[in-house]
Amino acid sequence: MESLSGASREAFYLLLSGDPELWTVVGISFSVSLRAILIAAPLAIVVAFVLAHARFPGRRPMLSAFNALQAVPAVVVGLTVYLLLSRSGPFGNLRLLFTQNAMILGQVLLCFPLLVALSHAALQALDRRAWETARTLGAPPWRAMLTTMHEVRFGLLAALIAGFGRIIAEVGSSLMVGGNILGATRNIPTAIALETSKGEYAQGIALGAVLLALALALNMALGMVQGRGEMA
Amino acid sequence: MRNCVALKTLLRASVLTATALLVMATAYAQSGVVRLSTTTSTENSGLLEELLPRFEQRSGLRVEVIAVGTGKALRMGRDGDVDVVLVHAPAAEEKFVANGYGVNRRQVMYNDFVIVGPRGDPAGIAGTKDAAQALARLAAQRAPFVSRGDDSGTHKMELALWRSADVQPAGQWYREAGQGMGRVLLMASELDAYTLCDRGTWLAMHEKLALRVLVQGDQRLYNPYGIIAVNPARHAGLQYTGAMALIDWIISREAQELIRGFRINNEPLFSPLAVRGP
Repeated sequence: MESLSGASREAFYLLLSGDPELWTVVGISFSVSLRAILIAAPLAIVVAFVLAHARFPGRRPMLSAFNALQAVPAVVVGLTVYLLLSRSGPFGNLRLLFTQNAMILGQVLLCFPLLVALSHAALQALDRRAWETARTLGAPPWRAMLTTMHEVRFGLLAALIAGFGRIIAEVGSSLMVGGNILGATRNIPTAIALETSKGEYAQGIALGAVLLALALALNMALGMVQGRGEMA
Repeated sequence: MRNCVALKTLLRASVLTATALLVMATAYAQSGVVRLSTTTSTENSGLLEELLPRFEQRSGLRVEVIAVGTGKALRMGRDGDVDVVLVHAPAAEEKFVANGYGVNRRQVMYNDFVIVGPRGDPAGIAGTKDAAQALARLAAQRAPFVSRGDDSGTHKMELALWRSADVQPAGQWYREAGQGMGRVLLMASELDAYTLCDRGTWLAMHEKLALRVLVQGDQRLYNPYGIIAVNPARHAGLQYTGAMALIDWIISREAQELIRGFRINNEPLFSPLAVRGP
């Protein structure tokens, strides 16, 4: 396996030498996925809050739907966004296809159900009386909601980290709607797919190492957050 | 406890099955299977479907096709993951042989590239005879151009054309997609952009695209395919005799006539190189 060891050595050289192309790709990955999670999270948490605290017909089917949607493959989301944004699609005039905004849209759709389901689980675990007490003490609804969310902040943070983990590593939707354009829409996963298809394994391994390091960091952060949550 | 035993039995059974499958797969690989890595253009055009069944019938061998870009196809040969490669990048092929990765390179056939772009041709390159001049005009007007950017044979051809046009393509107008030909054509169509395409993929896809052929017929757009056996001295367990049988057959009169007769939408796609003339 001279191929594996040689490529790995080259990969670490690339990482350490600050190869500009490689770090541009890493930067695009983070900027796109961070923006996606910042757009998706507020709405997802409000939806989860309503699902956890309000009682209305259709609540259970909605919950089931969000749970089911977590399993939708990224390529299906990609295909949907592609068809919507294509010139022959309903939003073709916006000319969004093959831009970072299209990637963000795909990632928002990908992480939204996961965020709702996990936030709902966190909010559900909290005693309903927290909300009722806050309301009886005269807090307006939005203030009561903030209080409730503060109580389950660790659970919500865990949901955010899980959502971010899903979209930073997905390749199917980004490749389809982003187009893998160098310096614009090429992120870590699509770059790995490309470098491998070129037989350039070193770049692929280097980028894979960045993702792996990130996954480790996120999981350790998650573990710490949950540990603190249990102690509190 | 019972459950636990059942689980262990299941685990053992699955390990056994997996081992058996692995052994079978290994034996299979050493029997009559030739692995061919080739470019997407030969696979997607349907040419291989026309050629390979005849070879399999004659030789009793089975050919497994792995269709990737030229860069990857050669890399797979270098790593000993395939027995024979069929690609289109003469300079890279020569290097592949010179480095000792492959042996017995033969010219098989050629087709050509075309420069395609928006139907309205805003940059006005339609009918230009000189491909490099056409690209230079695109660069001068910053007309959007989608590049394969994936180290494929088509990408190498495109870079060679930019070099002969004396242009360093870079900037907002030049988009390196890093994807296969079909995807790049769809992107060019969506973005009202120009691109370089092999005629086979163009013929197979043009009905779905808002593009048309603008430049063709330049000598420089000529695209020869070569076939090379992977050097059996570098890796154990290669199907070298099978690879040589395939090479011998593909440059035979019979296969070359099949290549000449191959049509998409009634248009010929490839011209044989090993056996010329009728």
